[in-house]
Amino acid sequence: MISYELIGITVLWLFLYGYLIVASIDFGAGFFAYYARLTKQDHLINRLISRYLSPVWEITNVFFVFFLVGIIGFFPDTAYYYGSSLLVPGSIAVILLAIRGSFYAFENYGSKESIVYLFLYGATGLLIPASLSVALTLSEGGFITEQSGVVSLAYLKLFTSPLSWSIVVLAIVSVLFISGSFLTFYASRAADQSALKLLRNYALFWSTPTIIAALTAFIYLSQHNERHFQNMMDLWWLLALSVGFFMLALWLLYSGRRYGLAFICVMLQFFCAFFAYGIGHYPYILDPFITIQEGATQESMGIALVIAFIGGLCLLIPSLVLVFKLFLFDADYVKGKK
Amino acid sequence: MEIDTVLWSRLVTGLTLTFHVIFATVGVSVPLMIAIAEFVGIRKKDPHYILMAKRWTRGFIISVAVGVVTGTAIAMQLALVWPNFMKLAGNVVALPLFMEVFAFFFEAIFLGIYLYTWDRFRNPYLHWLLTIPIVAGAGMSAFFITTVNGFMNQPGGFMLEAGHFAAVNPIAAMLNTATPSKVFHVLTSAYLTGAALLAGIAAYTMLRKGATAYYKKSLKLMMGAMLVFGLLTTIAGDVSAKFLAEHQPEKLAAAEWHFETESGADLIFLGWLNAEREVIGALHLPKALSFLAFGNFNAEVKGLNEFPPDEHPPLLVHYLFDFMVSIGFVLLAVSVLYFLFVLWKKRNEYNRWLLGAIAACAPLAFLGVELGWFYAEVGRQPWIIRGYMRVEEAATSSPNVMPLFFVFLLLYIVLGVLCAVVLRRLFRNNPAEAEYERYMQSRNEQQPEAGERT
Repeated sequence: MISYELIGITVLWLFLYGYLIVASIDFGAGFFAYYARLTKQDHLINRLISRYLSPVWEITNVFFVFFLVGIIGFFPDTAYYYGSSLLVPGSIAVILLAIRGSFYAFENYGSKESIVYLFLYGATGLLIPASLSVALTLSEGGFITEQSGVVSLAYLKLFTSPLSWSIVVLAIVSVLFISGSFLTFYASRAADQSALKLLRNYALFWSTPTIIAALTAFIYLSQHNERHFQNMMDLWWLLALSVGFFMLALWLLYSGRRYGLAFICVMLQFFCAFFAYGIGHYPYILDPFITIQEGATQESMGIALVIAFIGGLCLLIPSLVLVFKLFLFDADYVKGKK
Repeated sequence: MEIDTVLWSRLVTGLTLTFHVIFATVGVSVPLMIAIAEFVGIRKKDPHYILMAKRWTRGFIISVAVGVVTGTAIAMQLALVWPNFMKLAGNVVALPLFMEVFAFFFEAIFLGIYLYTWDRFRNPYLHWLLTIPIVAGAGMSAFFITTVNGFMNQPGGFMLEAGHFAAVNPIAAMLNTATPSKVFHVLTSAYLTGAALLAGIAAYTMLRKGATAYYKKSLKLMMGAMLVFGLLTTIAGDVSAKFLAEHQPEKLAAAEWHFETESGADLIFLGWLNAEREVIGALHLPKALSFLAFGNFNAEVKGLNEFPPDEHPPLLVHYLFDFMVSIGFVLLAVSVLYFLFVLWKKRNEYNRWLLGAIAACAPLAFLGVELGWFYAEVGRQPWIIRGYMRVEEAATSSPNVMPLFFVFLLLYIVLGVLCAVVLRRLFRNNPAEAEYERYMQSRNEQQPEAGERT
């Protein structure tokens, strides 16, 4: 029998992965929409983007809150350490999310198109992943100090660390790559050739920086946290799989067919890398303050959370399937006929 | 006055919640009103009501956006501003928090579907069925989050061992003694506020542009809802007062400026306190407090002096309580008056004065909700978990809280103004009658086409 805290962290990691994918699509779409406007190609893709994003923007946000509430629930110590040290970066992320979420709805259901809004939409799409990735950097240890009960963040160290910057770059370019490959797939479903061509270029363009940034972050990680690096090296086969899926996705995108499969490959690429990173982190959640075993909540609460989680999934999965059927795989809807 | 980080922490949280509660109330109540309107429309085959549901949904989605982002802000602020509280209480309240997000997830999914499938089902009831998970999800998330607040007032379901919560029973913590009365009061008053909002909009439009069939129907439907939920809210308020008298006597005593324990206690309305803490200029209702608290005019009510001075809630809560209760009765009275006018043929229910009063009910209802929450929260001071953790032990030690208050204040001002501007733009140049014309026209055009589809 697996312990409840391991189930907990696995579930949470899955949710973070889910958020990574759906939020990347959303954030990247914002940037592409803005960039297309600047290069006067917005008429090609904007309708396509809003057609997919309108029904799902709220769901994306809930994924995030879900992870947040889940990790505090399973591991209350995270609230103490991350909460105390992340007051400023966390609040910045909240404000960016607030601007993005509300402006998105205002634009879509209310106001007229404006370049200011589009700029905010595009800029927050890149700044949010950057600000959220700070939490990942902190988990590597060395940036948080605790002195006589006061937890604080070593800002100077954080801002001068090559590791933190490489993670930020990785977050941004991955967002653009994931988003580009999804929207390529979506455009091909909609049989929208001009959008397809443009988005395929975006996806191909951002693939190279993604793999370079991943390597760079990996190298800096080896210098910063030897233990984590070694653990990941032991999982070399997962990393190799990730690179394999990346090559496959790239080949499919390049040869211009089976875009659905290409996007699945991208998802698997990030899945393997993300889990190799996560498993390598074990047993720490926040090096060296929180471990999975010691930081976990009471057993009764942990079990209750796992049960609630299973019950919740029984409701959510059919509903999500319904959403996908109605908006993603309904060819008529995608093409704009409904 | 020197403001320390604890007070700044309280201000940041208070600010976010004050702003959020407006949109949360709309988020809980308006789906029910939409569901009612669509059901009546399908039932009566009256397109006016369908249009009503459509227009309300369109406005609703804008407020949902603000509700979602401020809700996310609270989820994060709980950990960011109150790290010690979450570390301790997270062990006990994680379950309802988690389930709240589930309920919200559920609502979000179906709201998205509802919004984009108006004309996709042949059977109109199928589309209406989508409102059920939305209404249920909204109600459930209100339920779960209110249990967390209930826990902070009436902690239970754990043992305290060396400063840590042990032997946690999550269900017992969720179903604490405060939960039933709180949930009842929160839901009924939210539905009352939603009804008052929509009735107020109808009344306001009729005042400005004259009564039309659409607005007459809308007003009548919502006044009915206001009457029903007004009555239920009155009952809920009474249940809550009796709960306080039994379980949190210091909160009720502070609200009533009831210092000495006595039998047959008076209910005090308004007034002020002099330096010796004597009540001046207040309206005394003899023995009414005993009746309110225990249903018996001669029951003994505990006074505030029975409690140690450092556990007294601020005495200001008296006014919050009085105004909240007054607003509740005003809303009820206006809805009763409206139906008296409807029944009494000689009177015109579209009388300008009455319409004006109904229009005023909308902001009043929101004010009532705010005052009620202020009373509930400020009345719990100095505790964050009553009896276990004081507010100053829970706050963050970071000095950066102060600038954040102003940043968030600015954010909420921008969001609030933009929300109002967008809502205005949505409806101002698109009156219901014009939309009704277009709607009927497009329906007639679609009719043959709809028959072809299989």
